[in-house]
Amino acid sequence: MTGTTGVTDPKGAPAAATGTPDGAPLHLAVALDGAGWHPAAWREEGARPGELLDAAYWADLVAEAEHGLIDFVTFEDALGLQSAAFHLPDDRTDQVRGSIDAVLLAAHLAPLTTHIGLVPTTNVTHTEPFHLAIGIATLDHASKGRAGWRPQISSRASDAAHFGRRTTPQLTEDDVTDSELISQPLRALFAEGAEVVEAARQLWDSWEDGAEIRDAATGRFLDRDKVHHIDFQGANFSVKGPSITPRTPQGQPLVVSLAHATTPYEFAALSSDVVAVTPHDRPGTAAILAQVAEAVERTGRDVVERPLRTFADLIVFLDDEPGSAARRKARLDEVAGAELASDAEIFTGTPAELADLLLDWRSTGLDGFRLRPGALPHDLTAITRGLVPELQRRGVFRTEYASTTLRGHLGLPRPTSRYAKAG
Amino acid sequence: MPATAKKQVHLAAQLPGIHNVTVWSDPRSESQIAIDSFIRLAQTIERGKFDFFFLAEGLRLREHKGQVYDLDIAGRPENLTVLSALAAVTTHLGLAATVNATFNEPYEVARRFATLDRLSGGRAAWNVVTSYDAFTGENFRRGGFLPEADRYTRAAEFLTTARELWDSWSGGDLKADAATGEFTAPGAGRFAHRGQHFDISGRFTTPPGPQGHPVIIQSGESDAGREFAASDAEVIFSKHNRIDAARDFYRDVKRRLAKYGRSPDDLLILPTANAVVADTDEEAAAYAEEISRELVSPQTAIAHLEAVWGRDLSAYDPDGPLPDIEPEDDAHFLKGHSVFRKGRAETARQWRKLAEERNFSIRELVIEVGGRQTFVGSPQTVADAIDDYVQTEGADGFVLVPHLTPGGLDDFVDRVVPILQEKGVHRDDYTGTTLRDHLGLSAAPRPAGWGGPGQPLRDERLRAESVRDRPARDQPLRDQSVRDQSVRDQPLRDQKETSA
Repeated sequence: MTGTTGVTDPKGAPAAATGTPDGAPLHLAVALDGAGWHPAAWREEGARPGELLDAAYWADLVAEAEHGLIDFVTFEDALGLQSAAFHLPDDRTDQVRGSIDAVLLAAHLAPLTTHIGLVPTTNVTHTEPFHLAIGIATLDHASKGRAGWRPQISSRASDAAHFGRRTTPQLTEDDVTDSELISQPLRALFAEGAEVVEAARQLWDSWEDGAEIRDAATGRFLDRDKVHHIDFQGANFSVKGPSITPRTPQGQPLVVSLAHATTPYEFAALSSDVVAVTPHDRPGTAAILAQVAEAVERTGRDVVERPLRTFADLIVFLDDEPGSAARRKARLDEVAGAELASDAEIFTGTPAELADLLLDWRSTGLDGFRLRPGALPHDLTAITRGLVPELQRRGVFRTEYASTTLRGHLGLPRPTSRYAKAG
Repeated sequence: MPATAKKQVHLAAQLPGIHNVTVWSDPRSESQIAIDSFIRLAQTIERGKFDFFFLAEGLRLREHKGQVYDLDIAGRPENLTVLSALAAVTTHLGLAATVNATFNEPYEVARRFATLDRLSGGRAAWNVVTSYDAFTGENFRRGGFLPEADRYTRAAEFLTTARELWDSWSGGDLKADAATGEFTAPGAGRFAHRGQHFDISGRFTTPPGPQGHPVIIQSGESDAGREFAASDAEVIFSKHNRIDAARDFYRDVKRRLAKYGRSPDDLLILPTANAVVADTDEEAAAYAEEISRELVSPQTAIAHLEAVWGRDLSAYDPDGPLPDIEPEDDAHFLKGHSVFRKGRAETARQWRKLAEERNFSIRELVIEVGGRQTFVGSPQTVADAIDDYVQTEGADGFVLVPHLTPGGLDDFVDRVVPILQEKGVHRDDYTGTTLRDHLGLSAAPRPAGWGGPGQPLRDERLRAESVRDRPARDQPLRDQSVRDQSVRDQPLRDQKETSA
């Protein structure tokens, strides 16, 4: 961690530590998962349920998102099969089950796209930090600077059994009714996750820019003074380094995390460049941003040097005709046999109504939104062809990409290697 | 022999990373990291109808005298990630990645190869390697814990476990039937493995791709390596720079297949090779000489000698004779190289003998011992030599390692491949879509009694055991209440964010 100056906001408002001034561009991300975020979406007309694990389906979705000038897409992933009950596996056969490795999927899409950021989810509990670090670094090379990474802890017993190396904390039924209670026994996993991200960041810095010199006169390919052991010693593991993969176009690929409670807010403050939160209304948004700002202060992050972008997650069902999206969601609920429930707010309405909501919530200091399409490709297309033009008409969203890197889209600088600073 | 009966030459290529096989000082040599280099070489060899593109693995930068080794190409991307990107810009080319069975876990590796096979439409291959190297282990959670004696047993069990995971979905398990509402068959992905190295169970997330199992590649010349290849692999990489040694190896490995119920065609032997092509044989020979000298600079020659001698030899003249001092067994001297299995003293003895016999300088000796099978000559000469090698049972084909990245196989593809095609020993176009098709491999080898994709489920014993969904070893869990929160966007059912 570099500076320890904490929040130094000239206006004295804590929210400004993570917020953006009014008039800053609005950022939009899209969260892609299966056939969409409604469990019955795979049965909708237009869905491609037999192709959810195949390349062409994802290539089409990401092309559409890029057409809509979206900042980045995220890809969900987990080490176990999806489940309706989130804390244990189920034996349901009526919902989407099965997934492919999100980093490899993102890499596959890299040569098929030119601007959009690609942010795969990975587990950081059962995997090797070194492998994770070089995989994301390689995605940044493969995409020429558009890689992000969403590290995710895993506490399911069933995931642990897939590896057989360790167990993870057991929560009670009471715990799972409250996100603060949930996160308490998981503090150790979050702490370990923060170590994984820190080790990865050190590996990404371990090759300075310009380490490859190709000096034929002295016979040296490398300037080894610019390649560094990291000697990372965490509470749970150690990594010697340096990385095998040279410094990437972004220097540091973008770390994105999703957070619902104090512990993950601190994880975000320690580890992330973007934090996605799940407010349910405008006052709630302001309250969460204040909590995030407090976490930033507690961890001593210098947000001038290391800005933290804040996004709010929303599940969206969008149709042009008023009331149509709500009817569509109701129909999906009926097919699913239960009303859709989510950690995030569920929006149904028209693109114009959604634009109103986004701009209202954004005034609390949010930088952008991560929209989770309820059904694919329908709600993605409604975002790119309905919402985006609406936001453009209002002058708050880009009309073309102004950058080719993900950091560039978000107005984040390319960091210098910490070892170059030290040297 | 009639022309139609001629053996086909299988061709693969590698984008070389680490090691001194790349003339990085050549102005035509570009990045070995940038994705455009990989795309360029892969698309070139796909134009030449090669079987596959191969990438090695790197998990630690090499060190020499306590410092990062700086004389050769260093640094490379993660290979499965690169190959997933290449799957998008190629249509037929096989994509082979080396993945270590020591510093990985079967669930994750099986999942990543299943993903690559799906993304590529059935073109994945896995070069299974092992390590007992504590130096490399310093980059991993468990460190260099694995005793050398265990690495083969772990690798064998690793591969068995991966196969069980790939077989955990049968062909019809992914239904995605919107009309009936059935997305998967019950129990899809269910597995349980209990063995010496792995004790795992649960549900595997990824139905395998079109090949069912990726093509399994092995490299290694030892008796154990040959046996492993004969029992478990479908391609073996070898390294012989003399045809007689290559034929001996070829016959020995092919002979071993029968005892595993396999035919000689079930395992392809592909030595790594260089090809230096020019208008005439004379020009090619001169160019090959030039390449050798560029690959082994004076500094590189001394460094290689130091690697064997285990001591500082910087005072010696690279164009002079070998040192008359004896090697030292200083393990700290050089790390990350995979060399000198025979030991320093024996290697030094052999090198000294060779240098005396041939009157080699240090640099000339290093050039000689570093050589691999190299085809040097006009396009016709090179095509004839490759064809002859394959027809006389020296190999089933070659993995070409170009000395230039990424354009190093342009001449081969443009000038040698058409001659091989005219000879009827290399395909004019792909006749199948999967790597197994290209290699003439019909199905993956399976452990006895094991089902596979398209076959109805698996061993009932296994199934009964796995249903219990055993928790991890040292802490019994009822599995009910463990919940994957917060970083996972699963719905928090009926639950308000109290933090909001």
